[in-house]
Amino acid sequence: MSTTSSQSVSNPPATKGGAAAVYIDERLASSNFTKRLLDKVFPDHWSFMLGEIALYSFIILLLSGTYLTLWFKPSMTEIIYNGSYMPLKGVKMSEAYSSTLDISFDVRGGLLLRQIHHWAALFFVAAVSVHLLRVFFTGAFRKPREINWVIGTLLLVLAILEGFAGYSLPDDLLSGTGLRIAEGIMQAIPLVGTYLAMFLFGGEFPGTDFIPRLYSIHILLVPGILLALVTVHLIMVFYQKHTQFAGPGRTESNVVGYRLFPVYMAKAGGFFFIVFGITTLIAALVTINPVWMYGPYTPSQVTAGSQPDWYIGWLDGAVRLTPNWETNAFGHTISWNLLIPALIIPGIMFTALGLYPWIEAWVTGDKREHHLLDRPRNAPTRTGLGVLALTFYLILWISGGNDILATAFHLSINQITWSFRVLLFVAPPLAFVVTKRICLGLQRRDNDKLLHGYETGRVLRLPHGEFIEVHEPISTHAAAVILGKEDIAPLALEAAIDENGVRNPKAKKNATRARLSSWFYSDNVATPTDEELKAALEHQAHALHEAQEHSGAIEGH
Amino acid sequence: MNELEHGAENTQEPYGSANGKDVVSGITVFPLEDHTLRRADTDPRIAARAERQVAAMFALSTICIILFVVAYVKIPNDNFIDVPVIGVVNANHITTGFLFGLAIFLIGTGAIHWAKKLMNDEEVTQERHALRSTNEEREAVNESFKRGAADSGFGERKLIRRTLLGALAAFPIPLVVLLRDLGPMPGKRLRTTIWDQGVHIVTDPTYRRIKATDIPVGGLVNAVPENLLKIEEEDGNINERGKASIILVRMAPAEIVSQQGEGWDYQGILAFSKICTHVGCPISLYQQRTHHLLCPCHQSTFDLADSGNVVFGPAARRMPQLAITVDADGYLVAKQGFQEPIGPSFWERG
Repeated sequence: MSTTSSQSVSNPPATKGGAAAVYIDERLASSNFTKRLLDKVFPDHWSFMLGEIALYSFIILLLSGTYLTLWFKPSMTEIIYNGSYMPLKGVKMSEAYSSTLDISFDVRGGLLLRQIHHWAALFFVAAVSVHLLRVFFTGAFRKPREINWVIGTLLLVLAILEGFAGYSLPDDLLSGTGLRIAEGIMQAIPLVGTYLAMFLFGGEFPGTDFIPRLYSIHILLVPGILLALVTVHLIMVFYQKHTQFAGPGRTESNVVGYRLFPVYMAKAGGFFFIVFGITTLIAALVTINPVWMYGPYTPSQVTAGSQPDWYIGWLDGAVRLTPNWETNAFGHTISWNLLIPALIIPGIMFTALGLYPWIEAWVTGDKREHHLLDRPRNAPTRTGLGVLALTFYLILWISGGNDILATAFHLSINQITWSFRVLLFVAPPLAFVVTKRICLGLQRRDNDKLLHGYETGRVLRLPHGEFIEVHEPISTHAAAVILGKEDIAPLALEAAIDENGVRNPKAKKNATRARLSSWFYSDNVATPTDEELKAALEHQAHALHEAQEHSGAIEGH
Repeated sequence: MNELEHGAENTQEPYGSANGKDVVSGITVFPLEDHTLRRADTDPRIAARAERQVAAMFALSTICIILFVVAYVKIPNDNFIDVPVIGVVNANHITTGFLFGLAIFLIGTGAIHWAKKLMNDEEVTQERHALRSTNEEREAVNESFKRGAADSGFGERKLIRRTLLGALAAFPIPLVVLLRDLGPMPGKRLRTTIWDQGVHIVTDPTYRRIKATDIPVGGLVNAVPENLLKIEEEDGNINERGKASIILVRMAPAEIVSQQGEGWDYQGILAFSKICTHVGCPISLYQQRTHHLLCPCHQSTFDLADSGNVVFGPAARRMPQLAITVDADGYLVAKQGFQEPIGPSFWERG
């Protein structure tokens, strides 16, 4: 013991920072971890910033939300407004709405904080969604990252719920209408719906309990779960190391990029300030959710053309599109017109989304780890499915504004609604086919570039009069990106009866799987073999040489 | 664009330098490209300029913060100004917000400019570690678990196991039961409103009694029961308003195709619930010519001349009608309460 202590005394740390590190290390033995942390390599690609935007928006939400709690009063007690916003002076309203007006008009910087919070919420859900699309279309959800994909799906659901809860708190006419709709949907749930609504609202709608209850859900429960899940999400990204796109030096077993310290710390840290800065600038310059214009909530009033925040639009659209189906039997009512759009469709969509990694792995039989990302074109069936789902979502989303479309373009609301009802079933499969074809076309073009080089735009006339365009070989970098595509054969069909004449009991299930696997893979365009490449490059070199010989004489400007 | 920037030198091997196949995926692997130096790496003057740029952004950020504090203190909060494009805004809000946003943004651009121009941009390769344990490690875990399981006797001691599972299954029951007093049982709440025989119909929100002559043919009046205000005060909430709001429309008696009850109108004046039978939005978009009532939330459309039946949209039920008449002084009153639940459907509605 004495030797150890005398050693540390005889080797005093050279710098102050060193002293702090020693202090921490003597308590946590953290040097190894810290070194790995500082040296950790992250790959670089613009699309990897999408998740960062989501994370930073979340931090901005926590910050700005904390400030808002200092002034907001989550109470439905009716009071007479006496703040500085003249048009509503003397009007009866809830304390929640009145305190929101106070934040907007009487607290300096209060409106800024409210608008930062609201804009950041819109960006947060948007960034989560686009990040999800990036992960989907590049196949980053594959083994070993399936668990993180599920966490991501949960984060999306929670983000939407959290956004809706926050939107509902000010108790203005618009948000109250949103709550009325939510309560109506709750009532539609068979068996328990009425009880659920009565218990959540403390009686009938709107009651006086709901805003305070929603407040604790919005500022404590959901953000707590979000924070925990975000933490796990990040730890997993860190532990499993980030995926990367194929390119020179990139393999399945390495990661190429820049170290956390200093490059990523500066870039990612700087990017946080950029996201925060842009959010603040937008919040300063662009009004969002001007609740003072809507007035306090009353269940007997509504404004025409009322719209929810963007991420609720698809649900609202689904509710608008569903025909008026309702079943009455044995003294009970089943409101399919609400159950289908508000519970069944979202339920199927989010379940399919969460399970997709396993569905694809089952279809393809792929059990390997994947650290190199797919270019979307190289997984045409997956990309097609993604665009199919996206088209379905977008049609629902646009339907959420069918009244706006009707008034803006002077169209009949009935015709618009019917068009979307039809499109909802016609457009997604069409989008699948078109997307898959585009992907396959891009694959062929990639092979073309490998085998015949790229078009230089230089047109030559050969001595015998023929016009040719000079092709030059693509760069090694471009070739590495294209050749990063894996050629995977579909699962083989297992024989129903094996060579010994014994029936294979699994053959039927396997046949389905083989068919699906073939559907997933078989259209893919094969990457040229090394031999084909070599021959093609020799041919290219020859042609280029010939062209160069003539070019001096004939190419004229 | 890459191929245009560095046209490949054409050497013997396919794409020059492919050095083999990735063991896992079988894709062709190329060596990492040579690092190209930036101008700031080779020219100290360029590097010094980048340093000045970064420092300028950080310094400007600090200045913005100082100006923010000044603006926060100096600009009165009730000073509204007309800014082109943006419109009339609070001067304090827009100035402080702009300065704060710019200050934050400049820190970000400064840091990224610093990283991009001055920090080493040579790519580094790091090996991934296997994301699985060795078979020995797995075996060891298995052993530990088996030892613990055997030690606890969870498998053999069935009595303990079953009672424990029972206790754990019962344990959450109070957590659910404790939620009971969140709200009352539904009871008849969703089936009743405060409308009743002889209740006066008054205008919303001015609470004036209405005479038949007050409503012209084609007109629409938003109305509530006269006792609403008193009941709201007693209950301390606005729940009854959400159920009792109605609209009165008047049409020429010949225009009325059908009603929900014989003579429920009064001289062509019809009273309908204002609460949509879809999800409960209050409806007020009335088209006089077609007698259609359109909900602004989900576009359910009801034909008020024809029993309030649904003619379009997601609502499944007709709009409930309130039978009305007049009192001795000629003021409109309800003949009786609503004969069916108003508002959205629910499981027990039937």
